[in-house]
Amino acid sequence: MAAEGGKIDPMHQFLIEPVLGQRWVVGGYDLSFTNSALWMVITLVTLWLFMLGGMKRELVPGRWQAAVEGFTGFVQNMLTSNVGPEGKRFVPYVFSLFMFILFANILGLMPVGIVPGWHPFTITSHLTVTGVLAIISFSIVLIVGFGKHGFHFFSLFVPHGTPVLMIPLIFVVELLSFLVRPFSLGLRLFVAMTAGHILLKVLAAFVINGLNMGVGYAAIISLPSLVLMIGITLLELLVAAIQAYVFALLTSVYLNDAVNLH
Amino acid sequence: MDATAAKLLGAGLAAIGMGIAALGVGNVFAAFLEGALRNPGAADGQQGRLFIGFAGAELLGLLAFVTMIILVFVA
Repeated sequence: MAAEGGKIDPMHQFLIEPVLGQRWVVGGYDLSFTNSALWMVITLVTLWLFMLGGMKRELVPGRWQAAVEGFTGFVQNMLTSNVGPEGKRFVPYVFSLFMFILFANILGLMPVGIVPGWHPFTITSHLTVTGVLAIISFSIVLIVGFGKHGFHFFSLFVPHGTPVLMIPLIFVVELLSFLVRPFSLGLRLFVAMTAGHILLKVLAAFVINGLNMGVGYAAIISLPSLVLMIGITLLELLVAAIQAYVFALLTSVYLNDAVNLH
Repeated sequence: MDATAAKLLGAGLAAIGMGIAALGVGNVFAAFLEGALRNPGAADGQQGRLFIGFAGAELLGLLAFVTMIILVFVA
């Protein structure tokens, strides 16, 4: 894909196009079933199967149930250690968020391309998707914060012990750092995924172009690139897990601000 | 200097920011490991803070990357 005619085109993999070949335009809006939508469905079905296989309530958990309980316990532990006992209310949301991002990231790295006609698509490599996830998190923080504390929520922007002279300045700085949170949250996930996939595609193009140029080039270009690619793929698996964790962790930290106000 | 050359030079300069962010991320984990080896008992409780620091340091590198991509593909 990337190496057609020897030209490296690492951005083509992020193109959103209709799966069924034709666009379906309703009232000026393009509502076609795109590859992005398809991979969201695949992520959802995988997640659903994973949870359904493990939610068994057996006294002695099997391997599958232990895996699911490991994830739920992990998220619950993260929330209770960051938000406190009230964090349990947010376990369903943060768990869905964490699992969706984790599965989407890992499914995007799967070698689906070996099946002819199929291309893996990482839905989290688009700012539209991660941005909406970040906005949902931020809205929940705002709703919880204002619902629980009312206008007292604004005291979040003035830390304890601030000198009176400094309050106007600190308020503006804290407000800015609060308002920039959804952007940084969405941008981080999107860019981390995009950067990794561009790097992998460029290395893959090196391998293919080297092979096309003959045995000598294959030995000095393709082989080292392939070895590097295997290493980077393992690193990307780690990044996929870390980014899902960081997104869930930062959401729970922000929830802590909303629930406990410093 | 024509506009394309300036764009590509800017993209190259943005790559320096990514290198410096790499120093930052390394620094976060190095400091954590240093502390964790001195007091292994307290290390597990601080992993959340470790990743918050990591996320902050990493974000600035990713912003440099976004600048680069925008310069090459959008601007």
